Amino acid sequence: MKSLAELEAIKNRMKNQVGMRKDDDTNTTRIVVGMATCGIAAGARPVLNALVEEVGKRNLAHVTVAQTGCIGMCKFEPIIEVMAPGKEKVTYIKMTPEKAIKVISEHIVNGRVCNEFTIGAEQE
Amino acid sequence: MLEISLHVLDIVNNSVKAGADLIGITICEDKQQNLLSIDITDNGCGMDEAFLRSVTDPFKTTRTTRKVGMGLSLFKSAAEATGGSLSIASEKGKGTSVHVRFVYDHIDRQPLGDMAQTITTVLSGNPSIDFLYRHTVDGKEFLLDTHEIRQILGDVELSQPEIIVWLVDYITEGLQEISQSA
Repeated sequence: MKSLAELEAIKNRMKNQVGMRKDDDTNTTRIVVGMATCGIAAGARPVLNALVEEVGKRNLAHVTVAQTGCIGMCKFEPIIEVMAPGKEKVTYIKMTPEKAIKVISEHIVNGRVCNEFTIGAEQE
Repeated sequence: MLEISLHVLDIVNNSVKAGADLIGITICEDKQQNLLSIDITDNGCGMDEAFLRSVTDPFKTTRTTRKVGMGLSLFKSAAEATGGSLSIASEKGKGTSVHVRFVYDHIDRQPLGDMAQTITTVLSGNPSIDFLYRHTVDGKEFLLDTHEIRQILGDVELSQPEIIVWLVDYITEGLQEISQSA
């Protein structure tokens, strides 16, 4: 059974890590998930949680996962947007937890945009 | 929505947009009374009486991207499908509380779903809001107070993935514990 004492230990471990995530850092890649009624109903919550878990697991210090409201294209939900410093925004549509994990490993870690999941691929 | 916990996530986002800094989420599963009740209470901007009267109308919304707002009306119809109800009390400048009742054993009641994911989702997205999550199952209680958690964490942010992943497990275990029949 987990107790809050464990949380204290995690905190102490994290405090010793250099470079905790900061949102305002110019080197930070932001991943934004649409979490309005439309996104939630389409399955955004498991997508968001897969992203958070994967970023934690891989210890990606320069990546933040954030939530936003309705992105405005409800039929394409769940939508995530990847904003890397100095690069154009990439919009991924109809996400699932599996696709989201692939976006982390391919796009975020290896720098290769997953073209097949982008909104551009859908509109062609 | 496939789960009640997704409705909760959606409606809590209303409280967030109302500028609340304290949001209470109370879930009460009472099999004896055959009742599942959900209360979401905030100290946000509240609504005036005219808006409150029409707020569960899907064509009523504060958002500006389009003219429909489905959140409350979906939650209301899900509750009413089981013979339950949704009511809202609000006072301009003071806050809003949403009270939802489901008939527990009704065939059309959606499963409550993954509350641990819902709670951690709202926590991670709103680092400046305190949440008080109270969940009881037949009198046994699980309580999560972010004020207490933030005191333990000090200057380590709650929204860090490592903390969120731990919290998912912590809440999941806590809910399993109170759900086990005595």
